[in-house]
Amino acid sequence: MKNKSLSNLTRGLIRENPVFVMMLGMCPTLGVTTSLENALGMGVATAFTLLLSNSVIALIKNLIPAMVRIPCYIVLIASIVTVIDMMMAARLPNLHAKLGIYIPLIVVNCIILGRAEAFASKNNLFQSALDALGMGLGFTLALALLGSVREILGAGSLFGHSFIGEEGYPVLLFIMPPGAFLALAGLIMVVNRLRGVK
Amino acid sequence: MKPIKSTLFNMIAALLAVATLSAAALGYVYQITKDPIAQAKDQKTLDAIREVVNAFDNNPFAEKTTVTTPDGKHRLELYPARENGTITSVAIKTFSDNGFGGKIELIIGMLMDGTITGYKVIEQKETPGLGTKIAEKKFADQFIGLNSYQNEFKLTKDGGEIDAVTGATISSKAVIDAVEKAIVTYKKFNAGATGHEE
Amino acid sequence: MSITMIFVSAILVNNIVLSQFLGICPFLGVSKKISTAIGMGLAVMFVMTISSVATYLIYHQLLVPYRLEFMNTVVFILVIAALVQMVEIIIKKVSPILYQALGIYLPLITTNCAVLGVAILSIQKGFSLSLSVCFGLANAAGFTLAIVLMAGLRERINQNQDALPMAVRGAPIALITAALLSMAFMGFSGIGS
Repeated sequence: MKNKSLSNLTRGLIRENPVFVMMLGMCPTLGVTTSLENALGMGVATAFTLLLSNSVIALIKNLIPAMVRIPCYIVLIASIVTVIDMMMAARLPNLHAKLGIYIPLIVVNCIILGRAEAFASKNNLFQSALDALGMGLGFTLALALLGSVREILGAGSLFGHSFIGEEGYPVLLFIMPPGAFLALAGLIMVVNRLRGVK
Repeated sequence: MKPIKSTLFNMIAALLAVATLSAAALGYVYQITKDPIAQAKDQKTLDAIREVVNAFDNNPFAEKTTVTTPDGKHRLELYPARENGTITSVAIKTFSDNGFGGKIELIIGMLMDGTITGYKVIEQKETPGLGTKIAEKKFADQFIGLNSYQNEFKLTKDGGEIDAVTGATISSKAVIDAVEKAIVTYKKFNAGATGHEE
Repeated sequence: MSITMIFVSAILVNNIVLSQFLGICPFLGVSKKISTAIGMGLAVMFVMTISSVATYLIYHQLLVPYRLEFMNTVVFILVIAALVQMVEIIIKKVSPILYQALGIYLPLITTNCAVLGVAILSIQKGFSLSLSVCFGLANAAGFTLAIVLMAGLRERINQNQDALPMAVRGAPIALITAALLSMAFMGFSGIGS
């Protein structure tokens, strides 16, 4: 039992990392990782949505007839995202402005509906929450990594603290759109090597 | 507990219940976040005004007026800053559509004799690391102290006295375009000098 | 903003996939062959244009009068999901040939964030009905262009896959290709200013 919980928690971190291994949630992954701060903000917002949606769905899964399962999940997820959207606009207006359109688009992040359908609809509250935490952390981790790489290379700074000085020339390309694809390609290659692909 | 069967009644009931609960939750969160969101939005403009105009003891935001540009195409927002009741300077929210990445929006501060006290970019989509430098001191400070009635606002290469940001002539020109829009509007406002729109 | 500028901007300058990063999942997932890429592109064009009209009308006729603007995400995603189902049923009845061509791609579109993204963006930009439709159509055309170009490149790469190290095959090389394509599209930036 204990092992199962642990495995549910750690699955999303590396083994089935939603970004590097499963290639889910690509839009925010590429779109908001121009800096570590944005990446963390997006990762935490998504992880929070996932935790709430997995928990709620695990709680009410038996009250929902199978045939209208998906529409109900979509309504629930969209509501949770809207709540988070409004809360962020009220409490963290700067981050909210930077993440922009990608916040309402958490609704169509395949990770959320994917975990609801594949995990929360079959497991109890505790296990679903663990799964959500693991996947959420894995997603945040991936975004933070990509955000750091892009900010360090593309802006010569980390968390907004510049370390190349006024006259330094960062590789601008990395905070522009092509750099997003390039940096992610590089990171997936590294992950592939680490997983033993030659 | 056994899962509920997919009968027509159950399906409609479940969908209705989910939709109603979601709507209720959203309505509630909307009510409590409505005011903080509006406040956060005003705060951004107010912060920018505070940066570009001299000391004031009124709330410029509350006294905002809109003035039509002399060519009659646009309407700019104008915030009078008062000290002991008299207007000492104004902040004008102006924009240019000619930026490299589209619209640039900035707030510019002016003394009543037309001397510019600075500007702050509040929205831009310029190329990171190149065009975004229009927001930095090195470029922006060149405008401070110039007078709307005496100076011409042109880049050095066009015979003026403003050095363009290296590699971002279009962005630099767009700022000048926005500043000029503010200046002609200000002159019109100052000629009226009533604080009300004609 | 003029209609020409909307098209130039959405297709070339601010391409929805290559510079706004919307609709990346189908862009990477369904771009292995040109023929499937064209099918997906057309299906998206179809749905995105119709959904632009539907979401515009619902937002301005239903949500605004009742001060329910904050519900837009929930309502839009439901409208799009329902619309996709409806389009699928109607095409199946009306034109079996079209259904054969687009049928398998339609269900995938619900989770295409470009459709929801464009609906939300055109509301945010305050477009009129006709501009919203143009915006939807233009972005869909941009999506189609990107995915078809990508498929063309990937077909060539797949023929020479043996030359690649194992760790680069699959996702990494697809992303590198996308990076090059995105770089090429950056050449269009600044058009119109």
